[in-house]
Amino acid sequence: MSEKIRILAIETSCDETAAAVVENGRRVLSNVISSQIEIHRLYGGVVPEIASRNHMEKINQVINQALEEADVALDGIDAVGVTYGPGLVGALLVGVAEAKAISYARGLPLVGVHHIEGHVSANYIEHPELEPPFLCLIVSGGHTNLVIVEDYGEFRILGSARDDAAGEAFDKVARAIGLRYPGGPEIDKLAGEGNPQAISFPRAKIEGAPYDFSFSGVKSSVLNYINQRKMQGLEIPKADLAASFQRSVVSVLTEHAMQAAEEFHIDRVALAGGVAANQGLRRAMSQACEERGLALYYPSPVYCTDNAAMIGAAAYYEYKKGVRHGWDLNAVPNLKLKSV
Amino acid sequence: MKVLALDSSGLVASVAVAEDGDMLAEYSVNYKKTHSQTLLPMLDAAVQMIQLDLQTIDAIAVASGPGSFTGLRIGSATAKGLGLALDKPLVAVPTTQALAYNLYGFSELICPIMDARRNQVYTGIYTFAGGRMQTVEEQMAADIHELAEKLNGLGRPVMFCGDGVCIYREALEQDLRVSAYFAPAHVNRQRAGAVAALAMEYLKEGRTQTAAEHKPEYLRVSQAERERLAREASRP
Repeated sequence: MSEKIRILAIETSCDETAAAVVENGRRVLSNVISSQIEIHRLYGGVVPEIASRNHMEKINQVINQALEEADVALDGIDAVGVTYGPGLVGALLVGVAEAKAISYARGLPLVGVHHIEGHVSANYIEHPELEPPFLCLIVSGGHTNLVIVEDYGEFRILGSARDDAAGEAFDKVARAIGLRYPGGPEIDKLAGEGNPQAISFPRAKIEGAPYDFSFSGVKSSVLNYINQRKMQGLEIPKADLAASFQRSVVSVLTEHAMQAAEEFHIDRVALAGGVAANQGLRRAMSQACEERGLALYYPSPVYCTDNAAMIGAAAYYEYKKGVRHGWDLNAVPNLKLKSV
Repeated sequence: MKVLALDSSGLVASVAVAEDGDMLAEYSVNYKKTHSQTLLPMLDAAVQMIQLDLQTIDAIAVASGPGSFTGLRIGSATAKGLGLALDKPLVAVPTTQALAYNLYGFSELICPIMDARRNQVYTGIYTFAGGRMQTVEEQMAADIHELAEKLNGLGRPVMFCGDGVCIYREALEQDLRVSAYFAPAHVNRQRAGAVAALAMEYLKEGRTQTAAEHKPEYLRVSQAERERLAREASRP
């Protein structure tokens, strides 16, 4: 391909203010992330109003730094990509208004991106050989989906979370045993020191919907276990609990993915979303894929958690399809992933 | 000097372009669509109508608060994006000052009030003397009854404007012992024309910000922060 398309991408859907410059959807020229984790830790979770205010204070600096690190001036940018949902509405609006103003003032095409499509597209950055179709397990604080990526930006949704997303269950369990926010990585770390067979937690199957997920049962079961131990005056074996809980969640995720790969005859499987950085999940999926001769892909941790490079990757393929958004683009907090 | 101005601090979305003593374009809409959907299309319409080359503007002015938190952020993020893309400075114009500037020349008191919920208003008290706006009380969040007492204490006739009027008019008329007037429709809400005209004065005084450093003035911390600070203060 001779033509180079460079996209300035902006992501502010939750608590990371992020901007990146991505060339042809796969080559990351810069990837700047200003995290608010330390600020939200004071509250034990993300406070939407505080997230929005902090985006406001950092957004221009983050964009300027992304352009500088990429060594590209706005003259060298071909389009602006921005996450417009799903996410926190106030947080999304900062990125959307900023992106619209930049593209408007420079006469650049505007491409709104679905946050989850961004997470899936994070896999394109480090795996040049990966192209649709493939199976993708999307696991994050707000989402759990099993999809077939039929083409760029085209998903066939096989299953979704019926209640808590997997990452949400991680955060709630972490909080219950006194781990700091965000809980996912803390559980993962602690699980490495515990025995995953120590405590038996349920693994929910949903009648008639083999690929849907339900994690509120296992979460409640863990919380009940903690309460019972407390009432009996017994110590809570935190490491064993973390390991057993994580194994319960990970095994459901892995089994669903493997079953889908078999049913739909797909030999390439990818992980996406913040929980794709979970060591337990990566190990279980690697082993399961190896046993079945499937190729497994997952992004580096920096591309698993929220970032703008993944938005630039997704925006490129939308741009190529001719997707352009107008100056009336709005933030859509509950934006649905369209299923083909 | 040419200024592009935005105001999305309240229910009205408004854009304007002014050049020295001329208002080249002003476009205000008071409609239920969100500012995220209206503000930039309105700016585009104004820019096209007057065939404005955006590179020729000297600064971007924005009503910088107080106001609806979300509305302020849409205006400020738009201004910051324009400033970044055009490499132009920003002028932050306090919302209540711009509202008061609608009533240019009124020599008694001007009191813009914006609904801030919980029986409070965002307000300030201004007047005109010698052709210039004077600040009697800086902008603040205040209880509506305390505001009335303050105005009674000043003992001068007062003209109200702002979206708080329709909510608090009765309460004010009950509490006030001074003459109260209520501004008519064409000057009782946010207008980017007033933001632009006031910004022109600011610009002459060199009161600009970089697009990167600009942020809205909310006049209130977030609820979560208020509760956290109260918890910490109550600890021994």
